[in-house]
Amino acid sequence: MSDGDYCILILCMGAATYLPRMLPLVALSRRRLPLWFTEWLELIPVAILSALLAPNLLAAANPRLLQLGKPELIAAAPTLLFALKTRSLAGTVIVGMFCYWGLKLVL
Amino acid sequence: MNESCTSPVRSRFRDGLAAAWPICLGYFPIGLSLGVLAQKVGLAPWQMALMSLLVFAGSSQFIAVAMIGSGASLTAIVTTTFMVNLRHLLMSSALSVHFPGVSRRFLTLFAYGITDESFAVNMARFRQGGWNRQSALVLNQAANTTWFCSSVAGAYIGQFIPVGSLGIDYALTGMFICLLVFQLHGAVFVTTALIAAICSVAAYLWLPGNAYVIVASTLAATIGFFLKRAVRLRTLRS
Repeated sequence: MSDGDYCILILCMGAATYLPRMLPLVALSRRRLPLWFTEWLELIPVAILSALLAPNLLAAANPRLLQLGKPELIAAAPTLLFALKTRSLAGTVIVGMFCYWGLKLVL
Repeated sequence: MNESCTSPVRSRFRDGLAAAWPICLGYFPIGLSLGVLAQKVGLAPWQMALMSLLVFAGSSQFIAVAMIGSGASLTAIVTTTFMVNLRHLLMSSALSVHFPGVSRRFLTLFAYGITDESFAVNMARFRQGGWNRQSALVLNQAANTTWFCSSVAGAYIGQFIPVGSLGIDYALTGMFICLLVFQLHGAVFVTTALIAAICSVAAYLWLPGNAYVIVASTLAATIGFFLKRAVRLRTLRS
């Protein structure tokens, strides 16, 4: 990717992240989104995070195949437990990295 | 003597920093790993700096770096970024009730710093009371500064860290696992997460590129939405 292409990419990404942050705040000081839309939107983050995670834990990348027992999946169990127990973002990241690193050394 | 005149401003500034401290602590290792990953896929420190400054979105930046590494198209990266950050529409809407009659200039500046973490902390503080928009803005900007500095630092020191060391390739997965846990507000959310996981793996196996994220998340959120309605309807009837 050339430097010019990269700058265009970043500008587009910047707009894609800034507009959803800015438009409702500026526009909705008194108005409200329709209830059905708010309720649907409420479920979007959990759906996106899960959709991003699942193939990483359950499938091989090249070629794309279902694969159970990946170190990513095994390390996810203690990581998930730690996250559920402590709800600490930094702690979870460190525990996850540590478990994965250890598993890779053992396997 | 000066202390008494500047104290409101100074205390608002200090309150913002104090509340931002846990976020900054959390951002530091993540920003650092982002910079390291960016360096591994061949991004220069200035490229990392530009991205952290103009995009400032943790998950999106990780995904974008991975997608740049795998040679994804501009459209695919920008669409994914937009989808991943759609959640900020809701956060921005929810925050708007705490800024009645505030100038457009302040809001456009404040919006730049809305992240999952700053949103969560600011909303909690506003609900507790005694919180003000200046402290909230300081909190946003402190988190942003930490993110910027740590990701650029990661891009510089990345070359000294061998691939896969200390499980750094798992930082993204670890962060997503924890952010997912933060999102589990009840049975409907857990069900939606499970549906999204199944749809996503199926779509990943059968659809090309990164379409699986968009397809699975919109499908799961829609199913979850109707499930929530159905549950509510049944409770109303009984």
